[in-house]
Amino acid sequence: MRPSALWLTFVLLSTLLLGLSLLLADREQSAAAERLARGRAMVEQLGLTDLALFTEARYTRHLTQADRFAPFQDHPGALEHFPSGALVAPPNH
Amino acid sequence: MPSAFQRQRYLIDYSLMALGRRPGKHLGLLAVYTLIVAVLASVMLFSESLRGEARLLLAGAPEVVLQRLEAGRHALMPASYLARIEGLRGVSGVRGRLWGYHYDPFIGANYTLMVPPSDAPLPGTLAIGAGLARSRGLEVGDLLSLRAANGEPYGLKVAARLDTESELLSTDLVLLSEQDFRAFFGIPADHYTDLVLQVRNPREVHTVKEKLNLVFPDSRPILREEVLRTYDAVFGWRQGVVFVILLGSVLAFVILAWDKASGLSAEERREIGVLKAVGWETADIMRMKFWEGAVISLSAFLLGYLLAYLHVFHAGAVLFAPVLKGWAVLYPDFAPLPSVDGLQLATLFFFTVFPYTLATIVPIWRVATRDPDAVMR
Repeated sequence: MRPSALWLTFVLLSTLLLGLSLLLADREQSAAAERLARGRAMVEQLGLTDLALFTEARYTRHLTQADRFAPFQDHPGALEHFPSGALVAPPNH
Repeated sequence: MPSAFQRQRYLIDYSLMALGRRPGKHLGLLAVYTLIVAVLASVMLFSESLRGEARLLLAGAPEVVLQRLEAGRHALMPASYLARIEGLRGVSGVRGRLWGYHYDPFIGANYTLMVPPSDAPLPGTLAIGAGLARSRGLEVGDLLSLRAANGEPYGLKVAARLDTESELLSTDLVLLSEQDFRAFFGIPADHYTDLVLQVRNPREVHTVKEKLNLVFPDSRPILREEVLRTYDAVFGWRQGVVFVILLGSVLAFVILAWDKASGLSAEERREIGVLKAVGWETADIMRMKFWEGAVISLSAFLLGYLLAYLHVFHAGAVLFAPVLKGWAVLYPDFAPLPSVDGLQLATLFFFTVFPYTLATIVPIWRVATRDPDAVMR
């Protein structure tokens, strides 16, 4: 078999897999639609405002409800010490 | 005369055989290249997945949340505000929310205690999030005893366990009755944690916000669009932070790839000279070198992307989990929902395939346009 045939087959297969991943993502999105709708209903019913991604501190659990300066208000001169703080964007200056 | 396709195939054959003459070097380069693409694509897919999920779920968040501040800190909201807000034009509904945090020293985790506005658990019982149930080893029917605000243990029976499918929203939630919530935290009956408002016409949200700012100078309204924007920014920022951390290794790779692709060894110069001497045209030599660059970069892009897809959506993004978990004890057990943004994929393709391929062509063009005799000397 010619080397080019091998490589072109590899490219073709990988591209097909890439296309398949897009299709799969689309299908899983549709399959998850019901779950997401239930999640959204839960958000509406309970009046939730945040994802439970960072449960380590009060101001990281509800990012949207906390002030920008919340990490520093535990006492005057307090330093922010939770790792999630490093992942949350500072305000635009 | 071979067709254009046949011609390109011969050139690919030649390029692959040229790469095969030094298999260790080129396979090593391909492996590092693939890993770099895989890490970048993983960050991209993971962030996009979380951003998409946050956008879909939080679209149901309250239109306006009104918090009262006291000395710059979140304070309880007097129930008397409810009647004053109902009178505002544009507001179609308002209710008080009861929620708060409780630190459980037993497992060192923070819980979010909340009173559902409807279908609340009966007094003396509660519904708990799946993460909390897992961490405390609780089943339906068990007793959960927490230390109340007055220092006394407060026992509540687990009546239900929230769905595991909603963990991203509810992993640390404790739902309980209003009566238990007020008794547990010692919150008087005429106070709420904050208020949520419905606005009759969505286009009037900003006007309502301005009115609230004016009428309640001690309060802070938070709009749903701000909630959504925060999450968009959080994941965008996270993606940015990881990219910056990776920048060092990416730059090191760029230098390596640039050196490999653009620096021609004496052997390669001789090869070009020989090819020209046996009758290859400059354009053919450049096409051959283009294929050399394309074989490596396109293979690395395709393999890297597929690896990233498997890593994020089928291996639970094991590389990122520790970063996300931080110091949290309760962490939602969830599988990122596959979501691929075509534009981001195209950007990744452009930045990984094109620079390397171009870097291989430019120096060849300089050498290939010269006389074969001068090149070989």
